[in-house]
Amino acid sequence: MSNLNRRNFMRVGGALAAALLSAGILTNTAFAADTSTAKVMTTGLAVTDTTVKVGILHSATGTMAISETGSIQAEKLAIEQINAMGGILGRKIEVIQEDGASDWPTFAEKAKKLLASDKVAAVMGCWTSASRKAALPVFEKENGLLFYPTFYEGLEQSKNVFYTGQEATQQILAGLDWIAKEKKAKTFYLIGSDYIWPRTSMKIARKHIEQHLHGSVVGEEYIALGDTQFGSVINKIKLKKPDVIYAAVVGGSNVAWFKQLNAAGLNSTKQTMLTISVTEDEVLGIGGENLAGFYSAMKYFQSQDNPENKKFVTAFKAKYGEKSVIGDVTQAAYLGPWLYKAAVERAGSFDVDKVQAALPGYVFKDAPEGSVTVEKNHHLTTKLRIGQWGKDGQAKVVYTSGYIKPDPFPKGYQ
Amino acid sequence: MNTSLSKLVGGKEGLVGLAVLAAIIFVVLPLGVDIFRLNLVGKYLTYAFVAVSLVLLWGNGGILSLGQGIFFGLGGYGMAMFMKLEASDPITTKIQTTPGIPDFMDWNQITSLPWFWEPFKSLPLTILIILTIPALFAYLIGFAMFKRRVGGVYFAIITQAIALILSILIVGQQGFTGGVNGITDLKTVWGWDTRNDSAKYILYYLNGFLLFGAILLSKYVLNSKFGMLLLAMRDKEERVRFSGYDVSNFKIFIFCLAAMISAVGGAMFTLQVGFMSPSFVGIVPSIEMVIFCAVGGRASLIGAVYGTLFVNFGKTFFSESYPELWLFIMGGLFIAVVMFFPDGLAGIWAKYSHKLNFFKKKSSVIVAEMPSDITKKDADKKMANDIGVTNIEGAKA
Repeated sequence: MSNLNRRNFMRVGGALAAALLSAGILTNTAFAADTSTAKVMTTGLAVTDTTVKVGILHSATGTMAISETGSIQAEKLAIEQINAMGGILGRKIEVIQEDGASDWPTFAEKAKKLLASDKVAAVMGCWTSASRKAALPVFEKENGLLFYPTFYEGLEQSKNVFYTGQEATQQILAGLDWIAKEKKAKTFYLIGSDYIWPRTSMKIARKHIEQHLHGSVVGEEYIALGDTQFGSVINKIKLKKPDVIYAAVVGGSNVAWFKQLNAAGLNSTKQTMLTISVTEDEVLGIGGENLAGFYSAMKYFQSQDNPENKKFVTAFKAKYGEKSVIGDVTQAAYLGPWLYKAAVERAGSFDVDKVQAALPGYVFKDAPEGSVTVEKNHHLTTKLRIGQWGKDGQAKVVYTSGYIKPDPFPKGYQ
Repeated sequence: MNTSLSKLVGGKEGLVGLAVLAAIIFVVLPLGVDIFRLNLVGKYLTYAFVAVSLVLLWGNGGILSLGQGIFFGLGGYGMAMFMKLEASDPITTKIQTTPGIPDFMDWNQITSLPWFWEPFKSLPLTILIILTIPALFAYLIGFAMFKRRVGGVYFAIITQAIALILSILIVGQQGFTGGVNGITDLKTVWGWDTRNDSAKYILYYLNGFLLFGAILLSKYVLNSKFGMLLLAMRDKEERVRFSGYDVSNFKIFIFCLAAMISAVGGAMFTLQVGFMSPSFVGIVPSIEMVIFCAVGGRASLIGAVYGTLFVNFGKTFFSESYPELWLFIMGGLFIAVVMFFPDGLAGIWAKYSHKLNFFKKKSSVIVAEMPSDITKKDADKKMANDIGVTNIEGAKA
């Protein structure tokens, strides 16, 4: 009820503001009538005749800053490019950046500030599942719009969120199929950091291995976030001799994990490994030489050889330096502002409900990763790629799947 | 004013201090800021419970606990578990494999509600648990520590270790606790939506009244004979012991009381913010709470509230204005406060208020709560020996 009242109140307020604005616009004949602010925005968002406010909400400080900085950069680059093209419906995007500080409650607080105080039209943000889970109730309550870039565990679908990364099945199934076929793999060792994304991913992987590939899981281990002791796990792996190590180790643990594997003699000549948590960003920390020959399953690699990607990589390096790298999530974050632009233009409006309704069905042909389609469940249909890491920290794409539809609530995998 | 009431508020000066704080919390802030900011203030004021508990424990008892997040977290989790169960009715969770249990349990292949979640189906039981379990836990820790005369820096380290253990336990047992995500998406208490604006005002005022209750209770304790003993223990523990008092029992009592006050803050936090996560249990928040207390002036109950508000306003303001630099600014601020105003905001007030003619008569509003100069110097020396304030700040910054 209160929600409805609030909405009505906003509508009346919006209409009043619109009346005032249109009175002003009438005197300004130069302005095109069909995109007057009164028409394209009726819900009190921070949209003027020349600007639209958009929030960026990532961790610029704290342990996640190293991962999230790439997303911030990609979003800012996309917004800059959009503004150079004339903005959205003739309005330049003004960015309000907030720091989630690697602290999940802070994400909720800042999301609320962006939506309730700043009235931003959309937010590009969140990275870890924990930060998204913390901020999600705020987006639903305030009826905000979030573009979320990270590949994640699925089991979620909110009308207020567009997920520009892969949900778990999109990243896992095709990759496992490939490695089972290519390497004749039958035995798998699953290892991940101990939180919701690796656990859900491994649950799906185990079901797929056991039921569809008729292989077996010979070990399943979870390492506390930030832990750097892999000795006992590596010993167990040596004992079990799995065909494939399937890994979802994240953050700082990754560096220790690969270095200790190498030190124990388990390099790519002796051991096949497929990870779903290593992108170009992580390789910077791990070092290409520790990783050479191992595989990652992602939807995007910086080395992709299509013209859209080349343009993107050139622009990114021109802005952030020749040494900067682009990982899977960075590219997914880059999609956010472009999808938002497309949605607003399709809707002819900045109103959140209309934008939500307009985006599903949209095909973004010029995405750096290649064409993607926004589905009704607010996830993207994408391809999966397997990349084999080289010493230079870049991956060679050795396999590209067909288009995979997103399935955040996979039947038979729960 | 009769004597017992006068004792409660700390005389005329204490009354003025309380009245000013009450005016700020109940009138100025609700009228001055919008509901979004007011909700933030409400959140900060839940930390003030912990800061107040640290004034009892540290400022007056000389027991530095670097693990008050434990009790804040226990209170918060208690309330969160109740609200999560209410949000997980079988209809809204019908998409799950096992409807009717919290969503994160379903993700972790748990098929029935664990036994220790059962009591949280009832609100009265939940409130009882929030008040008793943290105090009981504090009793166990206190009994084990103080009876063996573990104190000072060793006690601080052990409380810190317990905070770390508890946060690791919560993160590790994610099927039962929600793990690193915490318990999220909390909506109602007995069907009453805590997320809309009117509920926020009600919760803010409830929080304010409870905070005043905690301050008055603390004042009562500090002004009693027990309070005097506490000060005596802080300054010369051996002398109190040789006078025939069982020091450890007093310490256990004040530790339990501090735990209970912190837990109420935690429960109010969950109600106002709508979720609870292990990031409020571990070492960092526990130390942060000590900073709030130190900035406010560790011996002053009212100063602790101002300190909490001051630091958190600073945090919000700087992080909104300088998203990439704010941590450095906050760090600099802490160092400056500790270097130049070791007694915090209350110390600044005590030092400069007498220069204002207007306050000439009432200059000791907060000084009244501070120990006399001589004992304070002793205390500072002891504190410096135990664990330097500068070290704590350094660790955070």
